[in-house]
Amino acid sequence: MSERLCPRDEADVVEAVRWAVSNARTLDVAGSGSKARLGRPLQTDATLELKGLSGVTLYEPEELVLSARAGTPVAEIEALVAASRQMLAFEPMDFGPLLGVAPGGGTLGGLIACNLAGPRRPSAGAARDHALGIRAVSGRAEAFKAGGRVVKNVTGYDLPRGLSGSYGTLAAFTELTIKVLPRPETVETLLVLGLDDAAASAVMSAAVGSYYDVSGAAHLPAEVAATIPAIAGAGAAVTALRLEGVQPSILHRRGKLEAMLRAHGTLSFLDADASRDFWQAVRDVTPFALPEGGDGETAKVVWRVSVAPMAGPHVGAALREIGARCLYDWAGGLVWIEMPGTEPHSARVRAAVAGAGGGHATLIRASAAARAAEEVFQPLDPITGALIARMKNGFDPGRVLSPGRMYAGV
Amino acid sequence: MSGLVMPAPKADVLARRARIIADLRAIVPGEGVIDTEAEMRPFESDGVTAYRQLPLVVVLPSTTEQVSKVLAYANANGIPVVPRGAGTSLSGGALPLEDGILLGMGKFNRILDIDFANRTVVAQPGVTNLGITTAVAHEGFYYAPDPSSQIACTIGGNVGENSGGVHCLKYGLTTNNVLGVEMVLITGEIIRLGGKHLDSGGLDLLGLIVGSEGLLGVVTEVTVRILKKPETARAVLLGFPSSEAAGACVAAIIAAGIIPGGMEMMDKMMVHAAEAFLGAGYPLDVEALLIVELDGPEAEVNHLIDRVAEIGNGLGCMTLRASTSEEERVAFWAGRKAAFPAVGRISPDYLCMDGTIPRKALPLVLKRMEEMSEKYGLRCGNVFHAGDGNLHPLICYDANTPGELEKAEAFGADILLLCVEVGGVLTGEHGVGVEKRDLMPSMFNEIDLAHQERLKCAFDPEALLNPGKVFPVLHRCAELGRMHVSGGKLPFPDLPRF
Repeated sequence: MSERLCPRDEADVVEAVRWAVSNARTLDVAGSGSKARLGRPLQTDATLELKGLSGVTLYEPEELVLSARAGTPVAEIEALVAASRQMLAFEPMDFGPLLGVAPGGGTLGGLIACNLAGPRRPSAGAARDHALGIRAVSGRAEAFKAGGRVVKNVTGYDLPRGLSGSYGTLAAFTELTIKVLPRPETVETLLVLGLDDAAASAVMSAAVGSYYDVSGAAHLPAEVAATIPAIAGAGAAVTALRLEGVQPSILHRRGKLEAMLRAHGTLSFLDADASRDFWQAVRDVTPFALPEGGDGETAKVVWRVSVAPMAGPHVGAALREIGARCLYDWAGGLVWIEMPGTEPHSARVRAAVAGAGGGHATLIRASAAARAAEEVFQPLDPITGALIARMKNGFDPGRVLSPGRMYAGV
Repeated sequence: MSGLVMPAPKADVLARRARIIADLRAIVPGEGVIDTEAEMRPFESDGVTAYRQLPLVVVLPSTTEQVSKVLAYANANGIPVVPRGAGTSLSGGALPLEDGILLGMGKFNRILDIDFANRTVVAQPGVTNLGITTAVAHEGFYYAPDPSSQIACTIGGNVGENSGGVHCLKYGLTTNNVLGVEMVLITGEIIRLGGKHLDSGGLDLLGLIVGSEGLLGVVTEVTVRILKKPETARAVLLGFPSSEAAGACVAAIIAAGIIPGGMEMMDKMMVHAAEAFLGAGYPLDVEALLIVELDGPEAEVNHLIDRVAEIGNGLGCMTLRASTSEEERVAFWAGRKAAFPAVGRISPDYLCMDGTIPRKALPLVLKRMEEMSEKYGLRCGNVFHAGDGNLHPLICYDANTPGELEKAEAFGADILLLCVEVGGVLTGEHGVGVEKRDLMPSMFNEIDLAHQERLKCAFDPEALLNPGKVFPVLHRCAELGRMHVSGGKLPFPDLPRF
């Protein structure tokens, strides 16, 4: 087992990277390790475990801003902002249930490094849209900062956004500043029952394209809906439309949407508590969850696909032929796919995405051998691939930071 | 031009001008290559007219293939390239170079695809910001970012600058509304990032491109998301006896969980200027005026307007008027939107600054700006995107008075340094360009800037795209590429290991 380096502050992180660079050792850049099973498997000399860099360093609710060290648990941040009736509006998903690790383990650094998002993504953005400023240590063993603490800032390249989704391969975050937003006062969910995927896609498009501020639009085919307690009783496919805000507004919008959608199927409704449970289940993809401690090596393969919203059902149709189950979020644009077994069927998935007009597919849950053998992230064209390799040369010329986590040799 | 030092023109490029023009004509035939002084004159500056420079040659391509060939040619021959949209930059981002090709993207003016079901528009970069909204308005949709130049500025320029507008707090900047681009690298290679889907699944190159001020590549196609226009919008005018009280009201609105569609503050000088200019009906006895706009479903807007009024009254506002018709709402905004021309009426020239500050620092910043105004002997009015802390001081000066422009520039620089000092940034939405280039070290140290430059090196190792902008000194990429790391000890040996 590789060594664990547990820095206490940014200077320690610089020291750890300096050691790695000068001794040609490699580091697995990690927070708490909750997403260690994401990405291509790493074989590094040591794990750089950033969870010791913990604690909120600034929170000003009226300024809608929060800074925290990279290893601060997301759960701690969410609890803190909830006390001021605020939230992380991008609704970061928790990969724990899908990967078979304890829920609530993620850190702020991991959240940005993996650019997490949830059902509110189409209207509120992803982690990338809320990252205002970073402090980080690059593979040159140098601490640097970028961005700032204000929402409107175009001073220099947008590295906070550019490094979101870099999975620790360009720099190790030490402190991050993010935008927070007020929490909606209440929430309700309108359900349309019994739609097939294509009809659901049209309904979600009409709802999201309406005046009525739908902040979540998901479709669960019957066999998937049956696994979520809040809606299992429906006994049918469920298309869910979330309404958030102040009560008078929700009442008004719900009335309008009901009138608009009545002809499409049987309508039903979830109150605030049931809505919260339901959308958390969608966010964390609990229908495809692996029991905690479950063996990711033998679990059914799970893919995450992002395409144009109307194209989601085309991807679903191509893969349901081979026995896959699908869950649609983002008005159809995010398709979670559970394969019938441990075989990734990569070529088939990538062809389905290309055939639906393009997008990206990420192999989320698969055996280490499969994640080593297959492209885990969307394959890059040669020009973009070369560009990313040159960025790696700039930030981590010694290839010490999680080399190969995203792409071989990078 | 005052004090600005640009990279020294390359003598060999200047000497080859005739040959370069002939070669470019072979790539872009006909009127697409402009080389006479008279015809190049309109391109000599952008929105910052204090800086002017004729380019080596102006090229106006009309296809991606031509852009690719022009860039590959420039790359092979060591010729700098300055991309330009409509030339509305307020930071000198499109200022030409004496030895550089000015690449005007105005002929890329078509909308390629409108997809209401997926809520996206694909446009060429020379389409105006407002042109996108106009193209989708018949179905009740719009493109959210609305810089005040939206009638003229192009979507390609918006991508370069990460343009904002008055609705950013609720609807985001350009970067939050762009889904994809087609872009040509300096090598002539063409890449596509994103599309009609969300996010990249990996590294967010698109996020780096937006706001890169034309230093990384030339965008030849843009995919944006469009939104349904809110069902209703209403605005409230609130007048306060002090900017502190107005600032407290802004904070209280946000603390109450309300994110207005727009929230603007004007100081006394700007209120008077706007009123004198077009009689907007603003109260003249206030020290600070807030315009708060709520948008969304009617029931929600009416509910929130009442709450905002309650908050304003609780904080001692002197006047409070909520719009009761669309005409009245537009009238409330008319004065704010005319703020710049209104200042143009009371002063021969003005500089528009663009810093962002943490909102709580507003009273301090306003007080210090008053002191600076006295020190420099120049008047300064303020309009403020209050929701997101983006401050636009307008410094009045007379270019015909010798030395006054330099004084105004020094005043402006002092304001931006103050923004950084209180925890803010040099530019909220206008970009660094040449205007704020030399102030970058006030925000970033050498290591910070070197990391940004290494990104530039990955895209453009010979620094041919828009050199002299954003970075005070462009280091050679070979120099930036070297690594000086030593020390073989195990890190922090006093720590427990596992």
